[in-house]
Amino acid sequence: MRGRIALQSTACETWEKTRSVSRCFGKCSRVLRSLPGCCQLCEYQPVNIIPLGDSALIVRVRERFEDAPEEALDDVLRTCQQLRSAAVPSIIELAPAYTSVAVFYDLLAAVKASGQPNRAFDWLSERIHAAVAAGADRGRAVRTRRSDARLVEIPVCYDAEFAPDLDDVARHTQMSAKEVVDLHSAAEYRVACIGFVPGFPFLTGLATRLATPRRDIPRKEISPGSVGIGGAQTGIYPLRSPGGWNLIGRTPMRLFDPQKDSPTLLRAGDRVRFRAIAREEFNLLKE
Amino acid sequence: MKAIIEGAGFLTSVQDLGRTSFREFGVSTSGALDSFALRVANLLVGNDETDTGLEITLGGLQLHFDDERIVAWCGGEFNGQIGPAPLPAGHAAVVHPGEELKFSRSEIGCRAWLAISGGIDIASMLGSRSTDLRANFGGLHGRALRDGDELLLGKCRRSSRPVGTTDRISSWTAPHDWVNPAKHNPMVRFIRGVDWDRFNASTLQRFTTESFAVSPDSDRMGVRFDGPELKREHSVDLISEAVAPGTIQVPPSGKPILLLGDCQTIGGYPKIAHVITIDLAIAAQLRAGDQVRFSEVPLAEAHALLVDRERQLETFRIGLSLHTT
Repeated sequence: MRGRIALQSTACETWEKTRSVSRCFGKCSRVLRSLPGCCQLCEYQPVNIIPLGDSALIVRVRERFEDAPEEALDDVLRTCQQLRSAAVPSIIELAPAYTSVAVFYDLLAAVKASGQPNRAFDWLSERIHAAVAAGADRGRAVRTRRSDARLVEIPVCYDAEFAPDLDDVARHTQMSAKEVVDLHSAAEYRVACIGFVPGFPFLTGLATRLATPRRDIPRKEISPGSVGIGGAQTGIYPLRSPGGWNLIGRTPMRLFDPQKDSPTLLRAGDRVRFRAIAREEFNLLKE
Repeated sequence: MKAIIEGAGFLTSVQDLGRTSFREFGVSTSGALDSFALRVANLLVGNDETDTGLEITLGGLQLHFDDERIVAWCGGEFNGQIGPAPLPAGHAAVVHPGEELKFSRSEIGCRAWLAISGGIDIASMLGSRSTDLRANFGGLHGRALRDGDELLLGKCRRSSRPVGTTDRISSWTAPHDWVNPAKHNPMVRFIRGVDWDRFNASTLQRFTTESFAVSPDSDRMGVRFDGPELKREHSVDLISEAVAPGTIQVPPSGKPILLLGDCQTIGGYPKIAHVITIDLAIAAQLRAGDQVRFSEVPLAEAHALLVDRERQLETFRIGLSLHTT
């Protein structure tokens, strides 16, 4: 119990430092002065809101990721959902990442909606705190959990011609190439976020034993569909692009298609499995 | 109804005001790096602000139209010409069919935005006609223009020929800061970055007092600086999170990068500062060898400046409607 109170007051100190809100947005709605007590009362842990330039802000949901990746990801996705359903005026779009959600806003719309030209950021912060707190209040109803996430199977051909760095990974991890492939295709991963280039999924859940540092000299050009390991993460290059990850296979699936309204195969939160396929199946699926 | 590109120059691309709502899929903003300049140029030729134009980099563009068009451009100090006649920035001008429109190498600055009455009529992808040069989609076949390319133009909505004159070039123009924002050794204003507190006092002092030299490595993704270096005592690995055009990030080399429209959507380098939106017009003009200084403003001031500029644009819009038929 003691430990929990300490944790909450840490969150409150962070909150107080930002001084962007004037009251608690948990159930109690008390004034900022009594914040630590306030949070104990309503058990609301405020998120941290930081300007990202003058047209965006970052809602930091957690400070760390690696300690509890699943929970962090769930928190981020839940925050996205809460912000979407709150439909706060002036918000243009959201960009989720490991521990945060970036909110891009239209300043003029915020000024108009708030009616206070000098307080647009504070007004938006208040609305965001309120949206997140209201969601927390409703508890599990809006919770996004691993079990709710869709599972996407991605066929991967691990043949030597597609896996120029498989031997290096095997050497580094002191396994055989087959063991590397077996281990890589046995795990279930989760998309932490999409970035780097359109449709590139940063996947968490790589077996610790498979972690391999990035290549010293990045490749200038990587073929689309290449599956790589970079440090403790694995991912797929959707487009011809430069990159430094170790390439261990290739998928025939298309990860990014700008012709579609939902242009990427994967989205943040998805569960992913790799299925090892032979070259023949790769060719077949490619067509 | 066509623009024929005789010479594409160093790097010319089809751009509008950029792509929004697809960041969660890792899709960059793209778009005119100084979107305000394109908006002004569009208004000058009687287009909607959001119409599609051309972004010219360092000059070398030569083109003609197969019907009569009104054009205007804003940006660096380029020499614009219609045939032998000079076309200064910020003036609307009539271009007859077959006449050559030319932009030679810029004296100061790096980029210019050309609006053509009717706009460029090209398919929209993911809500924008901008070329994404990194992911190769949008614009014309997802690539920069080449010699011999032809661009379909839209129907002119209204004429913006100067009322009561026979001049081919309008006498009226937009405010100088809007049409010619490029400066030698400019000052760029910023607000504190998300990771400002991770840098020590001497590094922060260095950032706000010294000049930074623009590297030749710079492109539409970002302006790279050769130095001085912004070192940190402890180099901690940060968790990747969103970046945006204007973000100044500091990689382990200590050489800061000012991100522009083609930047990726997330990044893991510490963000020391963010250039304010209205000064992105200056950032878009930086080219190799330029010296830049950074000066801090509070967020509220950045917001006030942006709101004020939009008010001025509104006034300008009303003024324009009195000039045009």
